[in-house]
Amino acid sequence: MLGFILKRLLLAIPTLVAVLTVVFVLVRVVPGDPTLVILGDQASGQARADLRAKLGIDRPIVVQYADFLGQVATGDLGRSLATNRPILDDVAHVLPYTIELTLAAIVIGVAIGVPLGVLAARRRDGVADWFARIVSLLGVSFPAFVSGILLLIVFAVQLRWFPVISTPRTSSVGDRLGSLVLPALNLGLLMVAYVTRVTRSGMLKALGEDYVRTARAKGMGGRVVVWRHALRNVLIPIVTVVGLYLGALIGNAVLTEIVFNRPGLGKLIVTALNQRDYNLLQGLMVVAAFGIILANVLTDITYGLVDPRVTAR
Amino acid sequence: MSAATVTGGPTAWQRARRSPGLVIGLMVVVGMVLVAVFAPWLAPYDPDEQDVVVPLAAPSAEHLFGTDYFGRDVLSRVIWGARISLSIGIVSTAAGVIVGTAIGIVAGYFGGWLDRAITAAADVLLSFPQLIMGLLLVAVLGASTGNLILAIAVTAVPAFIRIARGSTLAMRERDFVDSCRVLGFSNLRIMFGHVLPNIMDEIVVLASLWLATAIRTESTLAFIGLGVPPPTATWGSIVREGFDNLLDAPWLSLCPSLAILAVMIGLNLIGDGLRDATDPKAAP
Amino acid sequence: MSAALVRQSEAPLLQVEGLTTSIRVGGAWRDAVREVSFTVAGRETVALVGESGCGKSLTALSIMGLLAAKVGRVSAGRITVDGVDMVAASERQREAMRGDRVAMIFQEPMTSLNPVLTIGFQIGEALERHRGMSRKAARARAIELLERVRVPSAKARIDAYPHQFSGGMRQRVMIAMALACEPRVLIADEPTTALDVTIQAQVLALLAELQREVGLAILLITHNLGVVASVADRVLVMYGGDVVENAPVRSFFARPTHPYSEGLLKAMPRVDSAGELVAIPGHVPTLPDMPDGCRFQARCPLRIERCTERPPLAPLRADPAHEVRCWVRAS
Repeated sequence: MLGFILKRLLLAIPTLVAVLTVVFVLVRVVPGDPTLVILGDQASGQARADLRAKLGIDRPIVVQYADFLGQVATGDLGRSLATNRPILDDVAHVLPYTIELTLAAIVIGVAIGVPLGVLAARRRDGVADWFARIVSLLGVSFPAFVSGILLLIVFAVQLRWFPVISTPRTSSVGDRLGSLVLPALNLGLLMVAYVTRVTRSGMLKALGEDYVRTARAKGMGGRVVVWRHALRNVLIPIVTVVGLYLGALIGNAVLTEIVFNRPGLGKLIVTALNQRDYNLLQGLMVVAAFGIILANVLTDITYGLVDPRVTAR
Repeated sequence: MSAATVTGGPTAWQRARRSPGLVIGLMVVVGMVLVAVFAPWLAPYDPDEQDVVVPLAAPSAEHLFGTDYFGRDVLSRVIWGARISLSIGIVSTAAGVIVGTAIGIVAGYFGGWLDRAITAAADVLLSFPQLIMGLLLVAVLGASTGNLILAIAVTAVPAFIRIARGSTLAMRERDFVDSCRVLGFSNLRIMFGHVLPNIMDEIVVLASLWLATAIRTESTLAFIGLGVPPPTATWGSIVREGFDNLLDAPWLSLCPSLAILAVMIGLNLIGDGLRDATDPKAAP
Repeated sequence: MSAALVRQSEAPLLQVEGLTTSIRVGGAWRDAVREVSFTVAGRETVALVGESGCGKSLTALSIMGLLAAKVGRVSAGRITVDGVDMVAASERQREAMRGDRVAMIFQEPMTSLNPVLTIGFQIGEALERHRGMSRKAARARAIELLERVRVPSAKARIDAYPHQFSGGMRQRVMIAMALACEPRVLIADEPTTALDVTIQAQVLALLAELQREVGLAILLITHNLGVVASVADRVLVMYGGDVVENAPVRSFFARPTHPYSEGLLKAMPRVDSAGELVAIPGHVPTLPDMPDGCRFQARCPLRIERCTERPPLAPLRADPAHEVRCWVRAS
């Protein structure tokens, strides 16, 4: 198992370099002259030259690229143009909030999506099946900011069950949970939709498999057959889907943080956009790239845990 | 091969018409497109006309969905916003589909190093969440209608490269391409006269789902503040304006939110319905 | 244990009387198994023979009570396993019987084992279910069972997964699983079809040995007449849901009487004769197209007018243990 994990980590390195290259190309090459964007077209030539030197973009592009990769490799994300603080510090400060939110969404997605998908598959076209279809249709249809605003209007503005504004980190555990519930529900809805869909279709397929008949021939009751024999096999496509949509989840986590005014990468991105802080934006994209690659590796490792055929290879 | 083709069973079109989801989805989306086309006649007010007497008015007979901070009629702005939101979605999806499909067919058709290079590039681009990629592109290009279309189209390209390439490879497996070559057809003619029509089903299904993604991305970017510059109304920017006044006037966000949601549900119903209709095995 | 078993071995452990099983085809229920009757005693092996779709697997699933409720049901008849009426029993009672007193092994050892559970767990599961054993005790017993079916280094492989076994070994695991609770009746549905010829013989020999030891009643379902000749005591030939011939194995191979049985034997390659292989002309009709009366009539060389009426399964005058469903041959 350890060798398997190491192999996966090594295999992820080329992908990481490729993704970092995309970030570099987008932030440093595509914009043309960023001083135009940052300073506007009224600025003097001297001011532009100063800014170019400050950004380090007066050097040849290849040197910039090598420098960029070297910095990332040593864990240096540079300094914010606006505040001159190390970007890594800013990121490290808010990252736990984003991770907390994303994990909570996955837990909600699995905790609701799996039972709902199983019930839907067991009674096709029954009440649970229709409910599952409606939930998954809504889940894939709602843009995260729209569902977030509707949740806010209903639960925070109308019913006043939850605070509209998230509480900072220093507050009590109860407040923290209260401020996590709505954002996590909002983000979790998306995951519930995908997990329900894949569980339902995977379960329908699994229940027709020979090994299910074998289990029934052993005298196993319906519950054991479904939850032990069939579901163990459906875990494989469920892990695939959770892994596949982790990227989309990160994107929507950003939106959710903005809507619920929660600290996290999302607010940092908005700050970077508003202040035209290209260094911060680049740093955040590097963090996103790491997050995505890490999610892929974790997905692969989880495969090894749920499917004995994977590690054997 | 399947029982349906042997016994002359229902065609994709017949199955499609029997799917209630597809019909409802089409009605919603076509209705919304009509609203956008006939906006000048449907909107009760000029969307940019400010009426300082009634800022942030609650819904009433006069203003069905209330007014915004500048006293503009929200319903009229949403009706006019449909034009921008839908057209950016449609144009960017069309561009992404055409470019991605063309590249994908070329990759699948010629194979070799070209295929490997294209596939690797598409995989790297796909590993980025679509929303983050769009956000980054618009951020570096600057927010304008043209750049929004460009950014959203670019994020669609790798997905269509992948599906077009896969389907083209499957076509080659069926000796279909070889027999066309034997007949002396040119590469271009085989790729776009023969392969393309045969992989169209899958492209159309994915395109309908992507149209939803494109419209969602546009509205999301507008919500973050990376949309078409004001005062032009788009759904996302109206939601944004309403969001800033959420505590005082929650109805401001409601109307554009429901418009976005309706189009999303409609397009997803169409996409799912088309997929079930073109692939009988995937039917629920 | 053996004394008790020997005494009982004469009594039929599996009795099927007038079993009719219907399946739903395009919205209509149609009889896919018609009034099938037979018995299997301890230490006896009865072979159910026929082409695919003749109803032999449906018969097996009916006995096990494993028909999917929406597509198949027992519409008439009685099935008694070790004295328990399986048709009248509740689903709970049937569950308690399955894997305990009646067990089944399937054709595809590749797909019939759960790929994500260890074989030790899959074998021990039935012991936990029916014998109330602890996980630990069931595991220890599973190792014994693996040794019994001669899986080499059973102790080391008890925690392995199915994909780590070859086809023949997987079928041995299936047998160990089926025999875990010492059932009285074993239904083997094409147990060797998916295996190499050399492995087939080993698996059959193993089954025969285990049968002798514990006095199992075996219902063997196969389309392979070579297998029938080597292990069966009695043969039932099925065609279109009907039993068309029921005979002790010797007299079946000596005097195949139904025209369909004759056809089957002629289509079987034999080492001892240079005769040509003759295929039966035509195809098995699909269920909705099945003719009334004798179901073989469309393909039968001996057809007479009366064949539109269903012939009874009648004993031959020369050999009352040999029954045939044919107007021409029974007289």
